[in-house]
Amino acid sequence: MKNNWPLWEVFIRSKNGLNHKHVGSLHAADAAMAIENARDVYTRRNEGVSIWVVESKYITASNPEDSDAFFDPANDKVYRHPTFYNLPDEVKHI
Amino acid sequence: MTTANLPQARFEYLLRLGDNALILGQRLSEWCGHGPVLEQDIAITNIALDHIGQARSIYAYAAELEGKGRSEDDIAFLRDAWDFHNVQLVEQPNEDWAYTIVRQFLFDSANYYLYQSLTRSSDEQIKAIAEKSLKEITYHLRYSSEWMIRLGDGTELSHQKMQTALDDLWMFSGEILMMDDLDKFMHDLGIGADLDAIKPLVDAKRRDVISEATLRIPENPWMQSGGKQGRHSEFLGHMLSDMQFMQRAYPGMSW
Amino acid sequence: MNELTLEQEFQAKIDADLKIEPKDWMPDAYRKTLIRQISQHAHSEIVGMLPEGNWISRAPSLRRKVALLAKVQDEGGHGLYLYSATETLGIDREELIEDLHSGKAKYSSIFNYPSLNWADIGAIGWLVDGAAIMNQVALCRTSYGPYARAMVRICKEESFHQRQGYEILLSLCRGTEVQKRMAQDAINRWWWPSLMMFGPPDTDSPNSEQSMKWRIKRQSNDELRQRFIDMTVPQADFLGLVVPDPQLKWNEERGHYDFGPIDWEEFRNVLKGNGQCNRQRMKDRIKAHEEGAWVREAAMAYAEKRSRRQEQVSSVA
Repeated sequence: MKNNWPLWEVFIRSKNGLNHKHVGSLHAADAAMAIENARDVYTRRNEGVSIWVVESKYITASNPEDSDAFFDPANDKVYRHPTFYNLPDEVKHI
Repeated sequence: MTTANLPQARFEYLLRLGDNALILGQRLSEWCGHGPVLEQDIAITNIALDHIGQARSIYAYAAELEGKGRSEDDIAFLRDAWDFHNVQLVEQPNEDWAYTIVRQFLFDSANYYLYQSLTRSSDEQIKAIAEKSLKEITYHLRYSSEWMIRLGDGTELSHQKMQTALDDLWMFSGEILMMDDLDKFMHDLGIGADLDAIKPLVDAKRRDVISEATLRIPENPWMQSGGKQGRHSEFLGHMLSDMQFMQRAYPGMSW
Repeated sequence: MNELTLEQEFQAKIDADLKIEPKDWMPDAYRKTLIRQISQHAHSEIVGMLPEGNWISRAPSLRRKVALLAKVQDEGGHGLYLYSATETLGIDREELIEDLHSGKAKYSSIFNYPSLNWADIGAIGWLVDGAAIMNQVALCRTSYGPYARAMVRICKEESFHQRQGYEILLSLCRGTEVQKRMAQDAINRWWWPSLMMFGPPDTDSPNSEQSMKWRIKRQSNDELRQRFIDMTVPQADFLGLVVPDPQLKWNEERGHYDFGPIDWEEFRNVLKGNGQCNRQRMKDRIKAHEEGAWVREAAMAYAEKRSRRQEQVSSVA
């Protein structure tokens, strides 16, 4: 008997102006039900104003084994950060 | 009825609304911890909480109007069945998920239009309660309609269970729309809803959802009634003996 | 990389208090321990709905009714968060539930005790949730990311549970004689089982040492138990209730309460299935699951039907 509902990942926007943020997962038979379940499970205390759901199997994640190659190279790109640039104190609003 | 009866009439009218909400909320809360899947256990409890919340605000207003110093709890826990004015539909047992969904849909489909028209009530307090509740009821109707369709058009087994539930509960679906003297009186005063006017809307909604669910409306047109006037099915007495146990066994205490 | 270096790297991460995330390499035993512990925790939330659910229909006021209903529903939500966390370890909920129903997986023994009078709802909130919160706060810093995040969410939501319980008892203790009797009766029955919730003594806790090393667990059973007692006894005093332990005494020198011996024989028995409600609880859970099967199946069948119909429509268009 097939009664296993697929797993969905839930993303909630807690208020307008903020990004949707991953909050957890749940099971649902279809997208409409997933949205409603997310509303009932993850926004019982006014946690959100907008919900995204995506079936977990459609998420592609980077591999932790690649993380050295992926993320370490960004470590030494200090020139991407404002503090890299020295300006005299007299210069304001910059 | 004359305007001399207004306080009593309005009180009873409020009890009809409040008792529907409380008794259905009490029924639904029996599912908590026993739902068919965790997500739905949580969902149905949310609906139970909405209903009990609605009952509380209605009772609070009714008690205030009555002016005898009764509390929401006195109203909920210290009346016997004949003083309850809910429709018989809401006291019918949960049985299984099919009965629960069908009962909910038959109720929501009428309750939605009822509350929609109460948002135009001349009674400011009823209007405010209706406006707040309508948001919840809109969600309930969406939820129960979707489940009607999902299970009616699901598997052969689910279809058959839903049809059985619909056949059994259909005769309780009419009472909420039957306009008696009290309903007419309250409508004439601009306080209550015009049930005759919302009936076609409710019928259409029910027809649409039931047909999309591939179910059929039972042919027997006979409808039960009496709950609004205090005549109930056997089930209500048992519900009350459970719900009121503490207040009856230990009278006058605060909890 | 060979297994040894992987394991060393893993331990180094743990030692540096870095979190382990689902796709990170982890020793098999770590994964298994987590699956066992988190699912056991999830099952406890779900089975825990039953003794409290037993009083929803009879709650003595509407205010108490909605609070209890919301609370029991929260437990369901917590079970769900925890099942989700377990599922990140590559096992699905259905399998976890089967293990619960077959008796392979455990849940907290405390829920095999009956809830007999209204004050039990107060005592469960105050003592059982109080003990659970103590464990859970410690777990918010556990090394496995999804578990820690679930615990943070749970702790936030749990904060009302214990207050809800204590407030119930406060009303009873400020009430009539019979209400005080209810409260005392509840404490008499729930006190010792609550202390058992922290698990066997450290000297006798087989999984503790490894779990501490992996920082799945961050404080020992005995430490947490002592802290719970120290915190709870003054609250009992405030209620005017007697803690059912004649040996309970403040020890000035230790700065802690001394307490009498815990009946570990009873604990082991309840764990083994000899509690009053073990069978009843499992019967209820299995019934709910089995009676829900046609619903879950129909919802799935409908979802598939609908997506097939949509495909047909789009292929025609």
